[in-house]
Amino acid sequence: MIEKTELLVIGGGPAGLTAALHAGRYGTKTVIVDDAIRPGGQLIKQTHKFFGSRMEYAGTRGFQIAKLLLKELEKLNNVKIYDQTTATGYYEDGVLTCLKGERYFKIKPERVIVATGAFEKTIPFVGNDLPGVYGAGAVQTIMNLYGVVPAKRVLMVGAGNIGLIISYQLLQTGVEVAAIVEGMDKIGGYQVHASKVRRMGIPILTKHTIVEAVGEREVEGAIISKIDENWHPIPGTEKKLDVDTICLAVGLSPTIDILRQAGAKIAYIPELGGDVAIRDEFMETTAKGIYVAGDAAGVEEASSAIIEGAIAGISAAKSLGKSIPDFEKQIAKLREELNNLRAGPFGEKIKLGLKKLKELNQQSK
Amino acid sequence: MRIKEHPILEFKRTRLVPFTFNGKTLYGYEGEPIIAALHDNGIRVLRASLKLNRPRGLFCAIGHCASCFMVVNGKPNTRVCIEPLREGDIVETQHGKGEFK
Ligand SMILES: Cc1cc2nc3c(=O)[nH]c(=O)nc-3n(C[C@H](O)[C@H](O)[C@H](O)COP(=O)(O)OP(=O)(O)OC[C@H]3O[C@@H](n4cnc5c(N)ncnc54)[C@H](O)[C@@H]3O)c2cc1C
Repeated sequence: MIEKTELLVIGGGPAGLTAALHAGRYGTKTVIVDDAIRPGGQLIKQTHKFFGSRMEYAGTRGFQIAKLLLKELEKLNNVKIYDQTTATGYYEDGVLTCLKGERYFKIKPERVIVATGAFEKTIPFVGNDLPGVYGAGAVQTIMNLYGVVPAKRVLMVGAGNIGLIISYQLLQTGVEVAAIVEGMDKIGGYQVHASKVRRMGIPILTKHTIVEAVGEREVEGAIISKIDENWHPIPGTEKKLDVDTICLAVGLSPTIDILRQAGAKIAYIPELGGDVAIRDEFMETTAKGIYVAGDAAGVEEASSAIIEGAIAGISAAKSLGKSIPDFEKQIAKLREELNNLRAGPFGEKIKLGLKKLKELNQQSK
Repeated sequence: MRIKEHPILEFKRTRLVPFTFNGKTLYGYEGEPIIAALHDNGIRVLRASLKLNRPRGLFCAIGHCASCFMVVNGKPNTRVCIEPLREGDIVETQHGKGEFK
């Protein structure tokens, strides 16, 4: 049997949940599938208070934002969530296959919103495949979601917001952080986060990188080195650190497998995290009826993921023929909020990426 | 090792249940991902790589990267980072592509 629905939302992070909320409000019959142990996406492991200036949830801790969104969704009985369920494939006839435990089933939706988030990048160095080398988010998951002490002593690679925040959270859990190394000559993350970490005595070494993970079966140490302006290690500057864990916080790439399968046009835009789907200002990709939102559309923040989710949600509902009297007004307001979010110096990169994306979208028409 | 005290988070623990890892009995909380129980017990080596037989451990923890494939109850390629632990689970190191048992 094939389950039929008006809208399928893939991914239950801030983007997906908000998309379902906005489509669901106008009576759209919606199914959300999320493959994590619990829905909420990245938010459920974030203990810090979120930034994001004008957004209603700014100042709230990530895991509490997830709770708020899920509570709102509970009120809509036309929206269903299938948790611990992976969307595994998209087929030509518009059918998607899903896997929940041992159960394999099919869904045929009229519209799809892909809100699958992003995955952590890795970098090349000797021994980078050893157990004990993790994506920083993985260490955060083990620690904040499952309550397991993830390490004794950590080397953090990358001083963007993720590297800084997770270093601080490791300290809160009683784990030592030997150092944070950063290849650039300055810290990428916000000053508030960097200061917090520095106050706790963690050295942030700019123009440094990891060159080797030491160990036979597991990480037993790390060799770091200074690098020159071409990012080549400078011989003689190597230093061995006594750590059992190496966390990589070197950026994220959008998760777009389903979009590729659906035949959406993809472009490489490094400012947005790598390969992304070309889309219009309503978040619709070049594959008709298939939308994208959040980190899957370009790696940014939860605040922007929420707004993009809202845009995708009401646009999908509108295209299904739902009556949305103030549609234009709503979209205009959401766009303005996105622009405000991207107004600061950290938004420059995103804006550059989006400009490229817009040009590609016009060309593809 | 479990986190006992945390300045912000409170961990609601479920029931402790036994499972085996390569024949040895260990305990974990029912419904948490198998990887949490393994890490609590200090186990980080999960499988051996396809060609060079190199040890592999957890990398992404969100079911996307394939680094944590293990044999669970005879089923290879189980993503233990998102597979809920059940009482009596038989968890084994996976070698290469693994085989159904
Ligand atoms: C350490 C850290 C700190 C951060 N701090 C901030 C902050 O202070 N402020 C801020 O605004 N942002 C912050 N962010 C960023 C923010 O968390 C993300 O930008 C946001 O969660 C992206 O939302 P999303 O819904 O697009 O994706 P996600 O939250 O990643 O959710 C995607 C969901 O989709 C599921 N999924 C993926 N593929 C499938 C599939 N095939 N089938 C079913 N389900 C699938 C995933 O399991 C996941 O649950 C932080 C991130 C990290 C890691």
